[in-house]
Amino acid sequence: MLNLTGLRKTFFAGTPNEVRALQGVDLNIEAGSFVCVIGTNGSGKSTLLNSVAGAFYVDDGQIQLDGKDITRWPEHRRAKLIGRVFQDPFSGTAPSMTIAENLALASSRGRRRGLSLALKGARHGELRDRVAAMGLNLEDRLDNPIGTLSGGQRQSLTLLMAGLLRPSLLLLDEHTAALDPRSADQVIRLTQEFINRDKLTTLMVTHSMQQAASLGDRVIMMDRGRIIHDISGVEKDRLRPEDLLARFDDVRRANQLDESAAEMLRAQYV
Amino acid sequence: MSLLIGSLTIGLILSLLAYGILISFRVVAFEDLTVDGSLALGGATTASLIVGGVHPVLATLAGAAAGATAGAVTATLHTRFDINRLLSGILVMTALYSVNLRIMGKSNIPLLTQRTVMDYADGLATFLFGDRSMLHVASWQASSRDVASLLLMLVVSSGVGLALFAFFRTNFGLALQAIGDNTRMTRALGINVEFMTTFALFLGNGLIGMAGALLAQYQGFADVQMGIGMLVWGVASVILGESLVGTKKIGYLIAGAVMGSVLFRLLVAIALRWGLNPNDLKLITAAFVFAALVLPKMLTRFPALNSFVQRTVGVLRKEPADA
Repeated sequence: MLNLTGLRKTFFAGTPNEVRALQGVDLNIEAGSFVCVIGTNGSGKSTLLNSVAGAFYVDDGQIQLDGKDITRWPEHRRAKLIGRVFQDPFSGTAPSMTIAENLALASSRGRRRGLSLALKGARHGELRDRVAAMGLNLEDRLDNPIGTLSGGQRQSLTLLMAGLLRPSLLLLDEHTAALDPRSADQVIRLTQEFINRDKLTTLMVTHSMQQAASLGDRVIMMDRGRIIHDISGVEKDRLRPEDLLARFDDVRRANQLDESAAEMLRAQYV
Repeated sequence: MSLLIGSLTIGLILSLLAYGILISFRVVAFEDLTVDGSLALGGATTASLIVGGVHPVLATLAGAAAGATAGAVTATLHTRFDINRLLSGILVMTALYSVNLRIMGKSNIPLLTQRTVMDYADGLATFLFGDRSMLHVASWQASSRDVASLLLMLVVSSGVGLALFAFFRTNFGLALQAIGDNTRMTRALGINVEFMTTFALFLGNGLIGMAGALLAQYQGFADVQMGIGMLVWGVASVILGESLVGTKKIGYLIAGAVMGSVLFRLLVAIALRWGLNPNDLKLITAAFVFAALVLPKMLTRFPALNSFVQRTVGVLRKEPADA
């Protein structure tokens, strides 16, 4: 379904600020699988997601989705196959447009947008049903500007928009990190509902070990631009948040060792 | 009376300019400085073609097409060559000054003896009012030709406004609106932001070129200087219109642009009547835009004054301030 081969990306190459965000990432995700990506800050997990979404082109490697090589596709073209929810709840919706207008925009994601009326009566009713099914009591506020809603409500609607036309791949970028705990729970509940209902292939970046342990069928852990753990099957089913934290500690210890070793070498030879 | 009718007519002609500015500055949030150049380009193209014997309606459409092309060039400089938005507009505007001189071959073209779209106003006047050349409206006197010109421009302005409103309700128009509201989202939903921005500037400057074409025919000449200050003028109209309608819904904004344009022209006419030196006009216009941009922020610092203004404005507006 999604095949990443040898992805490399370096930001600010050749400057003192050089960041090697991806250093050869290989990943295969089967159709219908729900993968959580975890890692420390700067481990490259968001870069991985953004390179699949097309926010920038990778320096090296290949991205295949649905059997198509999308490595050189611009972002808007990839949107035909990919639905996205961002960390910032304000990024996914147009604030001064109404809920119905936002949904109408999402309902032609990646399609040709012609000169037919965007919100015909039948379309309006159909969108209303989809909103009502979320159980957030927003179905009577379809003609209100979306900017008047709370972050949690906006994030739930972004999720609905991302899944409105069943995407080949759903990308969730820490989409509950900026929400209060109650809204976060609600968005997670909806996420599971949508993914289960439409059997969506999903790649979710998260900071929450709880989410990584309880959601999905596979966890990958990244560090310094590489995938260092890939947990699936029975091992994933038995996984507890504490196990993941323990692995984080291992990574931290290894990194410290590397740094002190480098320091020692510098002291001896420079 | 003819002063009043004249300023209403020019206000309606320049509502096309306000539509154009609304599309670039508000709908796709592109600070497009091509305006001064594309308005004069519209006037210059149309005037040259009319003098060359082309049918005035065709010449007007050609003026609009020329303006649209200029807008597309500005957008291309930005989207293809990564030139800063403001600089792209300035480059095209500056280049257009020479282009306009080339097109006209001299710095102005008189149209008083030529056949223009304003001749349709004469036809309309004969049709509506027979052979009466002066009309008595209440205790006022007005020439039937002036009234007919006003009606003609009202038809053009409202026709274009309605067409725009219908356009913004289509799937394509909705996508265009989303660009100025949240660019990141539009990309994620598969909207080609570069193409849409180019289209918006094409459309906006097309309308601005048409405003130039009609203005040249109404005032009886095209001049290479006719675009100077038009950007600020249009921005003033749009801001005035926004404060009149008090919402961000596109239909209201379009109506607001017309009202703002006409009202602003009336205010200027009144100020000139009271003895304002015409040389000071651009300074006053710029000061007005400055005040309109800064006052709302200043008001929030003085709660008492703010609540007074809100109440006053609230009376003027039909609906309450945004919930």
